[in-house]
Amino acid sequence: MSRQIVMPFGPQHPVLPEPIHLDLVLEDETGVDGMLSIGYLHGGLETLVEKRQFPEYVYIAERTCGICSFIHGMTYCQGIERVMGLEVPERAHYLRTIWSEYSRLHSHLLWLGLFADSMGFENLFMNAWKHREFVLDVMEETTGGRVIQGSCKVGGVRRDIDQETLKKMERDLKGFEKGLKEMANVFLNDDSVASRLRGVGVLSRNDAYVCGAVGPTGRGSGVPIDARMTGYAAYGELDFSPVVEQDGDCYARCAVRVNELFSSIEIIRQSIDRIPGGEIEVKVKGNPDGEYFSRSEQPRGELVHYVKGNGTKYLARSRIRTPTLTNIPPLVKMLQGCELADVPVIVLSIDPCIGCMER
Amino acid sequence: MKPENQELRLIDTAHLIGEVEDYRNKGHRLVNVSCTRAGEEFEISYSFELDLRFENIRIIIPLDADIPSISGIYWGAFIYENEMHDLFGVHVRGMNIDFKGNLIRTTVPYPFRNTSFKGEGPCQDR
Repeated sequence: MSRQIVMPFGPQHPVLPEPIHLDLVLEDETGVDGMLSIGYLHGGLETLVEKRQFPEYVYIAERTCGICSFIHGMTYCQGIERVMGLEVPERAHYLRTIWSEYSRLHSHLLWLGLFADSMGFENLFMNAWKHREFVLDVMEETTGGRVIQGSCKVGGVRRDIDQETLKKMERDLKGFEKGLKEMANVFLNDDSVASRLRGVGVLSRNDAYVCGAVGPTGRGSGVPIDARMTGYAAYGELDFSPVVEQDGDCYARCAVRVNELFSSIEIIRQSIDRIPGGEIEVKVKGNPDGEYFSRSEQPRGELVHYVKGNGTKYLARSRIRTPTLTNIPPLVKMLQGCELADVPVIVLSIDPCIGCMER
Repeated sequence: MKPENQELRLIDTAHLIGEVEDYRNKGHRLVNVSCTRAGEEFEISYSFELDLRFENIRIIIPLDADIPSISGIYWGAFIYENEMHDLFGVHVRGMNIDFKGNLIRTTVPYPFRNTSFKGEGPCQDR
């Protein structure tokens, strides 16, 4: 048996967009174990509920993440609305669904670009981010913000999308989808991509379940967890099913995200076709008194916002359980027995969002 | 929107491991473990899901009490238990991976242990 050494990986590393530290236990170049430590981005956002009134906290919730910010705000609002018994107008639910799916497209394309970069495939990286620009432009046109939208509020949404713009969005999706198909072909069928990803960082279905894997990390191992199936926002009215792969390796997690791009486009199309007219918000009176675990499906997996009100303007507790936090134990499993050269690709394959995780 | 029905049961700490084992045997997924300071106690909630049915159990413990780890039943629970320890100072016995306070590097020990709900700061106008 070779001598074991502990090799630090991060917090600053070319492949890591955000700081996270790994202690890799190695025998020669084979990983025996990998342990993480975090805290470089811990902002204590959850404790800000003590200092911000519950309608203001939407802005804090949105800033938990710079990528899926809209979904954070929406999930928090859903929790408060449930505690207060608010009936949000149907149109607002559909608008939330549309923006959530554009957020998913934006996040997956960003990740696909970073993933291609981690494999040294620069051209593919730039191609993915070119398509992402289209999504950000739509977000900006409809909400006013490319990354932080600020369009969700307790009781509904702040902005409507007029019918003409909705039709234009639907038309533009055709060209966008065509470009995505060409890019997806490279991710799914290119030999160099497949040889870099197949059989790397395998997470078995059982490990995915016991470790609590969610989102594409879980679905890539054959666990069909998708919080959208609970029917929040307008998802209960739409026809879709979770994208699932069985192999549990980096390729499978990549394939889930690639195929979810097309699933998101289909959900947006359905939402545009079925969106009803009417109001986009209800008036909010009183203060929340009660608790609720609000769940949604972020691009990285299931998100939980626990809110507990005490009848005042200030919440007693906000707890944000992000998908990256719960995907850390599966990552520890994947790193056991991997090759040192595969560590960057494996770490990226869970799409870690450290700012989100540390809150 | 279809509102999700959520169950919440208060249980005794002595029954925690047995209850969690029941959930594991029935095939539930561990969704979350969260801690909330409630006066001079901690509320610790364990959330599970099976076939989109969301269930929670809760224990209430004094601030200085310790609790058994469920990481022997759900391997991935160590991340929540270490987080509870590092942010709230909750002592968890028998974690499969114990970071010994080094999972989250905080400048202040147990930063979430004390809240400012007792009249300090902007909460005074409540």
